[in-house]
Order: sequence, then C-alpha cells, then structure tokens
Amino acid sequence: MSKIKLATVWLDGCAGCHMSLLDIDESLAAVAGKADIVYGPLVDAQEFPEGVDVTLVEGAVSSQDDLKKIQVIRKRSRLVVALGDCAVTSNVSAMRNTIPVRKLLDRVYLKGVQSQPGIPNDGVPALLKHAVPVHEVVKVDLHVPGCPPPAATILSVVAELLEGRKPDLGTKAKFG
Amino acid sequence: MPQKKISIRIDGELLSARDGQTILDVARANNKFIPTLCYLKGLSAVGACRLCMVEVSGIQKLLPACTTPAQDGMSVITTTPKLTRYRKIALELLLVERNHICAICVSNGHCELQNMARTLGVTHARYPYNYPRLPVDVSHERFVMDHNRCILCTRCVRACDEVEGAHVWDVTARGIQSLLTCELNESWGASRTCTSCGKCVQACPTGALAEKGWAVEEMTKRDDNVSRLAVRRGGLV
Repeated sequence: MSKIKLATVWLDGCAGCHMSLLDIDESLAAVAGKADIVYGPLVDAQEFPEGVDVTLVEGAVSSQDDLKKIQVIRKRSRLVVALGDCAVTSNVSAMRNTIPVRKLLDRVYLKGVQSQPGIPNDGVPALLKHAVPVHEVVKVDLHVPGCPPPAATILSVVAELLEGRKPDLGTKAKFG
Repeated sequence: MPQKKISIRIDGELLSARDGQTILDVARANNKFIPTLCYLKGLSAVGACRLCMVEVSGIQKLLPACTTPAQDGMSVITTTPKLTRYRKIALELLLVERNHICAICVSNGHCELQNMARTLGVTHARYPYNYPRLPVDVSHERFVMDHNRCILCTRCVRACDEVEGAHVWDVTARGIQSLLTCELNESWGASRTCTSCGKCVQACPTGALAEKGWAVEEMTKRDDNVSRLAVRRGGLV
C-alpha cells in the first residue's frame, strides 16, 4: 500500500496546534511509517502539491493570502480537517473582528508606536474584513476543536484517518 | 393536604409524580437526562434556552420540559433524532450570537455552555458568526460583567430577584439587541441596590459574570449554593 499524503497548514493561528501535533512524541514515528508529510511548516515544500489525501488546517482565514491558500488546498486535498479552535470557530484571531480593519491598523501601526509609524503594505497580504472559520470559506470534512486540541485527540484523529476511517469525536471534542 | 398524585410516561417508563411538577422536575427526580442551560433548581423556570424541548404525544409542536406542567396520562419522549437536531441548532445559535472565545475565558473548563457543546457532540457551528461589539462592565469592586459571554439565560436576574430580593439585573431591548442591564442602565459599580452578595455570579452558567482576580480557567462556580438558598426560601424544588 502506498503511503498516504498528509499536509499541514498554518493560517491565522499561533502554531499551538502544530506544537500539540508534535506532542504526540514517539507516535510521530508510527505516523511517518504510514504517511508522507508533503507540505506544511514542518517540511520544506514551497508549493502545495496535487493529490493530497489529508490536510490538517490550523488557524482562521484572516487575509487575502489565507483565502487564496485555502481555496487551492481545498481543490488539491481529498479531506480537509479544521484543526483547533481558530480553524473551527475563528477563536482569538476573531477578537479583531469587532474593529474595522482600517481603524485597527491605525491603532497598531500609527497611534500605537514610538518610532517609524507606517502601515506595512509591501510583501504582506491585506487583511479580510473578518477572520473567519475555515468552513465559512470552503467545505470542511472534519472539525477538531480545542485550543489546542490535546495531543491524544490529534493522534486518535490522525490514526483513524490513516486507516481510511472517518474519526468519530463523539463527546471527546471540547472548545477551548 | 397531600398533593394529588399523577402518572406520566417518560420515554415509555411509567412514573408517578405530584400535581404541579413540570416534565423536567419529574425527569430529574427519576434520573432522566434532559439538557438545560437556563434552568436552575429553586429559581422560577423561563424556557429561554430551548435545549429542554421534548415531544409530547398528541401535541404537534415541541414543548420546553422546564415550563410544561406534567399532566396525568401524559406521554413524553426526551430523545429523538429531531430533538437532537433542534438542540444542536439552539446551541450553535448561542455560540455564534456573541463572542464566546473559550481559550481566553475565566470559566474555560467550568462553563455550562462549553460542556453542553461537548455533551451534545457539537464540534462546530454551522452558522456564520455574528461578532457583535459588546461592552465589558468592570466598574464593580469585586465582579465583572462581560456581555460577550452572556447567553441571556437570565439565571442572574432570577437569582437576584427571587433569592436576594434586590432585582438589580434585568434584560433591556428586544431580540438580537437584548442586553443584560443593571438597574435602569447604570454601570454595576454605581448600583445602589446591589448588595455585592455574588449570587448572580454563582448562578451564571458561563464566564459572563465572574469574580475579579481570576485568570483563564480559574473561575469555578457554585450554583448549587444558590439553589439551596432558593429552596430554603420556598422556591421551586
């Protein structure tokens, strides 16, 4: 049996979900035996490949870049998993949503600084009006809430997906 | 005078009850689980959260178990695919209505809304989030009111009115604009009727009302104490 192509993606989040993924410790070896990690912050690939089996998405969709990425990811992945509260609910990333983007940038980059005020616009993507959960933009096949989801939960989800089954979180999943 | 005994069926099981008990009272007395958020033992029931909806034979619409009196010969079903679906919808609408960010909440891990999502197997909300801009009242010396986390269950309103007898809290405006309000729209710290007893805080199912000085996950509540006081005052059992 050929290895499953697994990708991870880091959108508007804190990397905590990726840390929790790494917290499955020695089980990583077992996962590596069954899956190739083909894209994500843990590997070097520059472009999201075609024909990915499972993509774990951390973070909310918050910028033009996130939006473009997630649309490509959806097209090229068989299963998209929203991993963690930012991807599932928009969570802390959404705390800016009650403030208009222009006002927010003004406050942070102009009024809130001691020196060199100026809103960065070179090489950084424009923010969307709201940071939103992944499923508000593209179809999501599985939601794994938690901030971050515990390593054991991630492991059980990944293990089930690698076996080709859809994990049933039942009452294990918890926000926060 | 002894109360009249009645019989009702819940999920097919024949149970005896006292006249005047609600469907929820009878279910709880017989260890049958019906999910609730706005109900608190001892306080009056208002049927606000819509999680305790049940099916009653012969009646087309769903009825809230907490406000529907048990009647002799009634047959109640507490769990069906339809009820589960509706309860999930009700809970998801509560989640998207305001800014419930569990990760940074004092009540994270001790929150009835969060626990109920887990119990009902809600892993995400299927509706777009509302992201309202809501105030946080930190004017009281000991307590905080965060409207972002309020689900308008009115347990605080009833605890303050029915147990403490102060009626500091009430709900103002209508529909999606509804907001918990202190006295006649005063800041909590300026309230002249608040006795600072903290019953509203203990009765609150989420992190909307909390004590100052606690960090994330640190605020635990004792709503059983509010219930005990309410029952002693002759409240609903």
